[in-house]
Amino acid sequence: MQSAIDLAPSGLPADTTAVRARRWSVSWIALAAVFVSLFALLPLAFIVWVAVQTGWETVAALVFRPRVGELLVNTSLLVVLAVPISIVLSVALAWLTERSDLPGARLWAWLSVAPLAIPAFVHSYAWITMVPRLHGLWAGVLVSVIAYFPFLYLPVAAALRRLDPALEDAAAALGLGPWRVFRRVVLPQLRLAICGGSLLVGLHLLAEYGLYVFIRFDTFTTAIVDQFQSTFNGPAANMLAGVLVTCCFVLLGLEVLVRGEERYARVGSGAARHQQRTSLGRATIPCLLLPAVTTLLALGVPFVTIGRWLMAGGADVWRLDEIGLALGQTLFLAIAGALLATVAAMPMAWISIRAPGRLQRVLEGCNYIVGALPGVVIALALVTIAVRIAMPLYQTLFTILVAYALMFLPRALISLRASIAQAPVELERAASSLGRSPLKALWSTTIRLSAPGAAAGMALVALGIMNELTATQMLAPNGTRTLAMAFWSYSGEIDYASAAPYALIMVAMSLPLTWLLYVQSKRMAGR
Amino acid sequence: MSFLELSGIHKHYGPVAALAGVDLSVASGSRTAIVGPSGCGKTTLLRLIAGFEAPDQGRIVLDGEVLADGDTAVPAHRRGIGLVAQDGALFPHLSIAANIGFGMGRHEEKRSERIAELAYVVGLDKGILKRRPHELSGGQQQRVALARAMAMKPRLMLLDEPFSALDTGLRASMRKAVAELLETAGITTILVTHDQAEALSFASQVAVMRDGKFSQVGTPRELYFKPKDRMIAEFLGDAIVLPARIADGVATSPLGRIAVDSTERRDVARIMLRPEQVLLKRTSREGMSGTPDMLFGEVTESEFAGSMCTIAVRLLNSPDPPDAAAIGNTPLILRKPGMDAPAIGEIVRLTVSGKAHVFA
Repeated sequence: MQSAIDLAPSGLPADTTAVRARRWSVSWIALAAVFVSLFALLPLAFIVWVAVQTGWETVAALVFRPRVGELLVNTSLLVVLAVPISIVLSVALAWLTERSDLPGARLWAWLSVAPLAIPAFVHSYAWITMVPRLHGLWAGVLVSVIAYFPFLYLPVAAALRRLDPALEDAAAALGLGPWRVFRRVVLPQLRLAICGGSLLVGLHLLAEYGLYVFIRFDTFTTAIVDQFQSTFNGPAANMLAGVLVTCCFVLLGLEVLVRGEERYARVGSGAARHQQRTSLGRATIPCLLLPAVTTLLALGVPFVTIGRWLMAGGADVWRLDEIGLALGQTLFLAIAGALLATVAAMPMAWISIRAPGRLQRVLEGCNYIVGALPGVVIALALVTIAVRIAMPLYQTLFTILVAYALMFLPRALISLRASIAQAPVELERAASSLGRSPLKALWSTTIRLSAPGAAAGMALVALGIMNELTATQMLAPNGTRTLAMAFWSYSGEIDYASAAPYALIMVAMSLPLTWLLYVQSKRMAGR
Repeated sequence: MSFLELSGIHKHYGPVAALAGVDLSVASGSRTAIVGPSGCGKTTLLRLIAGFEAPDQGRIVLDGEVLADGDTAVPAHRRGIGLVAQDGALFPHLSIAANIGFGMGRHEEKRSERIAELAYVVGLDKGILKRRPHELSGGQQQRVALARAMAMKPRLMLLDEPFSALDTGLRASMRKAVAELLETAGITTILVTHDQAEALSFASQVAVMRDGKFSQVGTPRELYFKPKDRMIAEFLGDAIVLPARIADGVATSPLGRIAVDSTERRDVARIMLRPEQVLLKRTSREGMSGTPDMLFGEVTESEFAGSMCTIAVRLLNSPDPPDAAAIGNTPLILRKPGMDAPAIGEIVRLTVSGKAHVFA
C-alpha cells in the first residue's frame, strides 16, 4: 500500500490541496482492495477456525478414517488419469489445428473450444442416458476429459500460434529431425500453457459435483454435499472441506514447482515471421479422425441426447411459465453476480497495474486462491458464518451473490487487469491536469477505456454463475429455481425429458460466450 | 570450381513469384553477400539453400551433392548447413551452454570442453555459459548463435541479417570478427543483408537482388564503381548521374570533360560518378575570371553532422552539354570532412578524380 500512496504523481500542479486529494483517493482505492482481498480469505479462515474449534482429536478422528482414504484415492486417481489424457489430446488437437494443413482447421479449432458451452453435468446427463450402465472411475475420466479438455486446448493452441518459427528452423539447421524438434524445442515452449491449463482442469475436477453424481463416482465434493444434505454443517462436512482445500493447495504448489522460473518469451526484437503449416500428406485422413471423434464425443453425444429427449418429450416438456421463471431468475442472478464481482475486482485490478509492488502481489494472490477453491467449500463457509453470526443473512440474495462474487472474482480480475494495462496512465494524468478531480479523471479515462475488457470479464462471470449448481443449491433463498437447479431436480427424478429443455437453454446461452472466449484467445495470440 | 551451385531457381507463393530464375556459384571458402531491398526474395533464397523450403524449379548442388532438384529436396536437418538468424533465435528455455551444445550428441565425448572452446573462439566469457539467453546483450546472443551453428562443423554457413539488430558501432566490429572467424575456420559463408555497406565490406563476392532475380553479381569494387544500371548504382551508395556525349574515352558533361571507362563513341549516354570523386578547392569570384576551362560552383547548403558535412554545390559555369538545362540548376550533393568544409556562399573550384562509369 505504501507504494500505492507513493504513486501520487509528482508531475501534478504543486497545489497542496490537489496532492492531498489525490492521495486520499488512491488510499481509498487501496483500502477497498485490501477489504476485498481480506474478505476473499474468509472461506479459508473459516476452515482453519473450524479445525481449531473442533480440536485436534476430533479432527484426527474425522480425517484419518477409511472413508476419507477412499475419497482421496478416488479423487487422486481421477486427477492423475484425466489430466495427462487431456494434455495429450489438447496438444495433439492444437498442433493439428494450428500447425498442420488439416482441412477445415479453423472449424476444428472452434469445435475444440465449443464443449465448454455445455455444462459438465449436462455432458454427464447425455452420457448416462445414452449408456445407462456407465459408472465408476473410467466413466468419470472419460466424461471429465470431454468436458474439460478445452481449458487446456485454448492456452496450448494460443502458445503454439505465438511460437517463433525461427527457433524450429534453427533446430532443424542443427540437424534435428521433425520429431526431435517437436520434443526438444516446441514442447518445452508449451510448458507454461500446459501447466496453467492442467491446473485449471485439475481444480475443476476437484470442484465438480453434478458430473460425478450422475455416474455414481464419489469424490470429496460429492461427499461434502452428501454430508451437508444429511447433517447440515456438521464437523464431518467441514473436515472433508479442509482435506479438499488441502488438495487444491497441493495442485497449486505442484503447478508452481513444475512451471519453474524459466523464461519462454521470444528473445530479441522484431516481429516473428509467419509460421508454416506442416503438410500432412497421406496422413491427412487418419489425422482427421482425432478431431472428428473428439467432436462426436464432446458435442455429438450431448446434442443427440438432448435432441432425442426433446423429441420424446414433445410439446409437453416446454412448460413455458416454469421455464420463463427459471430463465428470469438465472439471468438476474448471473447479471447481479457479475456486476458485484466486477465492481469488487476493480480496485484490486487498478492497483495491481498502476502501483505494482510486493504487497499488492500478495493481495492479488489472495483473490486468485479463493478462486481455486471449490464452490462447495465457499458455500459451506458462508452457510456456517451466516448461521452462527448473522442468521438473518442465511439463504438471502445477499449471501448467494457474495458467494458468486468470491468464486468468480479471478475471472473478473484477469479481464479487468488486461484492459486497464492497455489504458495508459498518461491519459489519467492528462485528465487531471485538465482540471478533473482524481476520481472523475479515473472515470473519464481508465474506466471508460477498460469498459470492453470489463464487459468480457462480466460475461465470463455470468457464464460461470449460469451453470453453477452446488453453491446455488446450498445458499439460494427458498423458492429459487435456476435453470441448473431445475435441470438437476428433473434429472434427479429420472424425468430426463423434462430436463432436456433446460439443458438446451443453458447450452444456447453459453455458446455466444464460448465464442467470445475463442475470439479473445485468438486476439491475444496476435491474430 | 564452385562449391555451391544454384541454377535456375524459381519459387512462387500463390501468384507471387518470390524467386524468378536465380543462378549463383560460390567458391569454396569464400564469402558471398546477397544484398537487396526488403521483399526482394533474398530471405526466400536463403531458406531454400538451408532446406526449409523446396524450390518449384531449379537445382541446388553443394560440394557435388544434389540438395534440391525441383521439389525433391533433402530436408534441412540432413544438409549440414549452419544458420545464424536475424536475432539469433536462441532457445529461451535452455542455458547458453545447452544452446551451444544443442546440435552435438548428448553424450558426445568431451562435450563440455568443446562447448567451452567454441565459446572462447567466438569471444564469449566462460562465466556466461550458465546464463539464459535473455540475460545476454544482443551482440552476445549473436555470438552464441554463431557458436551454436559452428558446433556441428557446417560445410556452409548462412547468415540471415545477423547484425541488423545490433548498434552501429557493435555492428561493424561484430562483422569484422565474424568474417575473420569464418575465414580462419575455412567455412564458406553466405550473408543476406539489406545494408549495402555491410555487404561490400564483408564479402568477396556480392550479388545484388531485385524482384527475385540477381541484377548483378561481382566483386565489391566492380559493383560499386561499375554498376550495370542506375538502380544498382544508387542502391550501393550515393551516385551522381549525368547526361554526356562520349568520344575517344572522354565524356563531355555538365561537369566538363571527364575520362570514362568506355572507348565506344556515343552521342547520348549517361555517366555515373561517386560523390567522393568530385574534389573541391576554395577560391573566390575574382579567381573565376580568365579560366574558361575550369569549373566553378557556389555552396548553397551545408549540413554539419560531426565528422562529415553534407553540402550542396550549384554549378556557376557549366559548359553546354545535351539537356543541360534540366540538370543545370540541380545542385550536386557532396559529403566532405566536417572539419574544413566550405561554408554557404563560398565559391569552389570542382575537379573530378578518376574515371566516370558509362551505363550500358
